Amino acid sequence: MTTVAPPEPTQVVPPAQTLKSRRRRGRTTWRRALRRDWRLYTFLVLPVLFLGLFKYVPMAGNIIAFRRFRPGGSIFGDEWVGLHYVEMFIQDPTFWRVFTNTLIIGGLTLAIVFPLPILLALMLNEVRTRLFKRFVQTMTYLPHFMSIVIVAGMVLQLTSLNGSINQLIEALGGEQISFMQDPDWFRTIYVGSEIWQTVGWGTILYLAALTTIDDQLYEAARIDGANRWRQTWHITLTGIRPTMMVLLILNIGQFMAVGFEKILLLYNPLLYPTADVIATYLYRVGIGSGSYSYSTAIGLFEALIGVTLVLSANALSRRISGSSLW
Amino acid sequence: MTTNPQTPDLARVRPTRIAESRGYRVFQVINTTALVLIVSLTLYPFVNLVAKAFSSEGAIVAGQVNVFPRGFNTTTFTAVMSDPMFWLNYRNTVVYTVVATLIAMALTTTFAYALSRRYLKGRTFFIGIAVFTMFFNGGLIPNYLLINSLGFKNTIWAIVLPNAISIFNLLIMKSFFENFPADLEEAAAIDGLTTYGIFGRIVLPLSKAVIATMVLFYAVSFWNNWFQAFLYMDRSDLYPVTVYLRNLLAAATSTESLGADSAQIASNVQAVTMVLTVLPIVCVYPFIQRYFVSGVMLGSVKG
Repeated sequence: MTTVAPPEPTQVVPPAQTLKSRRRRGRTTWRRALRRDWRLYTFLVLPVLFLGLFKYVPMAGNIIAFRRFRPGGSIFGDEWVGLHYVEMFIQDPTFWRVFTNTLIIGGLTLAIVFPLPILLALMLNEVRTRLFKRFVQTMTYLPHFMSIVIVAGMVLQLTSLNGSINQLIEALGGEQISFMQDPDWFRTIYVGSEIWQTVGWGTILYLAALTTIDDQLYEAARIDGANRWRQTWHITLTGIRPTMMVLLILNIGQFMAVGFEKILLLYNPLLYPTADVIATYLYRVGIGSGSYSYSTAIGLFEALIGVTLVLSANALSRRISGSSLW
Repeated sequence: MTTNPQTPDLARVRPTRIAESRGYRVFQVINTTALVLIVSLTLYPFVNLVAKAFSSEGAIVAGQVNVFPRGFNTTTFTAVMSDPMFWLNYRNTVVYTVVATLIAMALTTTFAYALSRRYLKGRTFFIGIAVFTMFFNGGLIPNYLLINSLGFKNTIWAIVLPNAISIFNLLIMKSFFENFPADLEEAAAIDGLTTYGIFGRIVLPLSKAVIATMVLFYAVSFWNNWFQAFLYMDRSDLYPVTVYLRNLLAAATSTESLGADSAQIASNVQAVTMVLTVLPIVCVYPFIQRYFVSGVMLGSVKG
């Protein structure tokens, strides 16, 4: 799903026949379709039940943001309270702190982690030895397959007082830093580990896009006197622009949903000033203290911002570059 | 950087290796060096982990362990492996992964197959309700309340059911089935096979490659999962090994952030547990990696 929707494979059919079959399909009634394809519809029963129960019921469950929930009562809440919980979080100073943290971490991730796979893909594209290229790819993909718990464990090991990073600092004549007790360092650590885990895997789609660029374009550019930098700029980067746009839109959609699980595994109360984001606050308030309606209101707010961001990024991208997710 | 201003005609006829400018050769050296550096940085945390797993706790606390183990020993391995809870949790992970993958595959293949039939009436609607869930979902609390009210708490269902269909995997499979040669199915239908027969006896056996890829996708994600179990399991004998590890880390960080010294959970116990947890993935990784890549490509090229 990650790239521009390609045109439906065009079948080589005489136009008259296409028209006829289209007309015929348009006439199929549900009764006929069910009688003809009922076996195929049985394939849909369980998956649709699954989607309904595990995806759409929780979506409807968001209604408890506007209703009071009683333990043991309906999961859709018991009575309407209007915007009570929305007002509550708007007046909550902690909410604004975690909101700011979310924006900062999301913004840093977008600005730093998004462009790096493009750079790495361009570097890999210049590699002439196929074996070396494959080796680099295989090795840089590896962190992507690690459980987030493992990643958190490695980060904690490397940043601990006797960990490798502190040894390096000491070898260079610096002083030990207690990274995991100092809020100033959290964002660096978070973004760094995010780069480590995602950069290699992020190159896959760009490398795929790079192989589709026509060699003749480079030749033509060379004849026109373009040097390698200009070729990279005008042909390579232009060629992968649709992929870049689509991935950018997807990344913008993830903007608010900053690595919730990773932060939950890494942070501790000392790091709250910079590490606490909407999702982790919501987790503590909701699951920790059982304020279900209040935290649902926060979650709904977060999700709505996310959806709005995706929709606007998509619309903007379609207008500017002509490529979009849908 | 400069390049050859005029490509010689000869090279254009035979564009294998044109004489490269000095600038470009310098670039090649820098590029290769940078890539080697990137690979080393990617691998370093793993190397460090293995080194710590085989080192003595004293050497780790003294900050002597980087690439090679210091005070080589395997006693911690024996210690971790003789903890019955570790093995129980490890076994849980295997059970959860197998059951969840089976359920996920059953739902995903049938759903994807039905959605790939262009003549299916209502097809766009069913694709729509699936894809919509990628952009908007219920959120943590409504999901939590649902799972609890279904009585899934402390059962395997809380882990294996809610994530049974990954829409991403579904779309990959759907586009694979869409490219399945229609003639083959038509021929089977003429020979008297029903939809079930075509699916079970023609389509599935010929889709082994994509099915294997999907099994791997699901299995790795279920193997790595921790949050579902963390949320819905209260009993330590039900934890998967990821939650076992997370509790180990949490105990260590809370003591460290409180300023306690070496009374914390030993770093090499953590390292050993991590090594044992990733071991299956690292072992199969070289063999399965290219399937993953082709799977992602398939999904991206044919949205």
